[in-house]
Amino acid sequence: MAVRLSDEEEAIARGRDGAGAAMAMRLVAETARLMGAPHLLPVASAHIDGALYHGDSGTLFAEKLVEGGARVAVPSTLNVGALDLTGCSRQQLAPHERDMAKRMMQAYLALGCQPSWTCAPYQAGHRPATGSDVAWGESNAVAFCNSVLGARTNRYGDFLDIACAIAGRAPAYGLHLAENRRARFVFDLGDAPAAFLADPSSWPVLGSLYGRLAGDSVGVVTGVLRHPGEDQLKAFAAAAASSGAVGLFHVAGITPEAPDAATVLGGLAPEETIAVTGAMVAQARAGLSTATGDRLDAVAIGSPHLSEDEFLALDALIGERRLALPFYACTGRHALDALVRRGLKDGLERKGVTIVADTCVVVTPMMARKADGVLMTNSGKFAHYAPGNTGYATLYGSLASCVESAVAGRPVYTEQAAWT
Amino acid sequence: MDLKAEILCAGVPGHGKGLVLTAPISFWGGVDPKTGLIADVRHPQHGVCIAGTVLFLPGTIGSSSASAVMMELVHAGRAPAGLVMHQPDAILLLGFLTAAEMGWRPPMAVRLDKAHHARFDGCEIALREDGTLETAPA
Repeated sequence: MAVRLSDEEEAIARGRDGAGAAMAMRLVAETARLMGAPHLLPVASAHIDGALYHGDSGTLFAEKLVEGGARVAVPSTLNVGALDLTGCSRQQLAPHERDMAKRMMQAYLALGCQPSWTCAPYQAGHRPATGSDVAWGESNAVAFCNSVLGARTNRYGDFLDIACAIAGRAPAYGLHLAENRRARFVFDLGDAPAAFLADPSSWPVLGSLYGRLAGDSVGVVTGVLRHPGEDQLKAFAAAAASSGAVGLFHVAGITPEAPDAATVLGGLAPEETIAVTGAMVAQARAGLSTATGDRLDAVAIGSPHLSEDEFLALDALIGERRLALPFYACTGRHALDALVRRGLKDGLERKGVTIVADTCVVVTPMMARKADGVLMTNSGKFAHYAPGNTGYATLYGSLASCVESAVAGRPVYTEQAAWT
Repeated sequence: MDLKAEILCAGVPGHGKGLVLTAPISFWGGVDPKTGLIADVRHPQHGVCIAGTVLFLPGTIGSSSASAVMMELVHAGRAPAGLVMHQPDAILLLGFLTAAEMGWRPPMAVRLDKAHHARFDGCEIALREDGTLETAPA
């Protein structure tokens, strides 16, 4: 599995442009060798997931790049960090961790990345052109970028994302190549109950089911008659990329590479057709909850980060009421700025919403530590990761259920009983 | 019983007890980077420790931060003593590549078809420099 580097790439890997650029190029080239990529290809932009603190090693790595004089070669947005630098919310990291997390965020800014601090960069103005090659990290952003925008990226893990951004190149393999973007299986919603599909909480459930069945293979969702809206595709992508290794999916008639199922299947018969039934979605929905009973301690929404539209929906659902439970709404500065412009931020906070910017409650300790705590969410991704990362058990419900539960102080479901 | 596997990442040869995961795992959110304990409550091996084992992975899922967790496990001395993958996962292996660039001596990673994994569960295994998996006779 030999990778052929150009003379220039070879020279950079040997240190022509400094130690930082050399380390980045070596990581890209080594990954290319590992994945059987014959060469590297230029990328137009990067989204970087590496600035979230998981331990001191990541900080030391970023600082080594800075010391080595590295700079990003392409426009690069940053995913969430471990700190809310806007001051909207406070995390509970111990002093050492807080310092290291801050140093890490500063190191990525020193490398020339933009302080976007969001897992929904595609709603913060970073929308690469259909067909362009990019290097994105953060599983939900990768799935959205490939599927909804039609730009081409593999699932770049922490450290390879920044390495590609500095090198301006990525290994030529996987989803960068047209032949690997063809759908292999069909995920058909034609027989799924209409009432379920019309419910706003259906897309994270469908995403979770899709991800578990897909693993890392590419499929096409059929039977979707109306565009569900970008926020619903965002929720589907995030859930699918949590329960499976989904980097790309198509929705026939909706996403850019799938004018219809036959086209995106490449004219070939699907290897498998999954007819989604009511029983399957009911089971998938039940799988997003790990708690049972009437206890509820907090509500968290915004994974991926809430858009301006989602905040408007939240505000309308709360109305003039006050929330009785801690309610975390995670977002990026793009939506926070819009809330401030609309004069909605203070009102939401007065009603009891804790706005969390730059980070989220599942990646950094923010919620009260509770034994047997129960968290309600409308996010398939939060439902997947909250138990392992926060210790809270989860209850899954629609945005309306999240609001009604936070007002009542106990789980209340507004969606049809059959789907709760 | 010896079996030669293909080397994915040359690292430090090691030995330990074989731990064969029965379901794919997301390292981020699924493995505690400080301890090496499987933290995903939905994983059938929740609570099992991967540190110091020769770890057999049928597949990986989920977050692209798996590499950060893997590098932190290496840095914290809680990494597996060897990693055996059904197929290479660029995200996870990048944790080893980056650790090597930082001079932290990651373990070896090799590729072996998952059909051969089960027989290694619970065995004392040495992962040799040439990619051979050696088990002591029972």
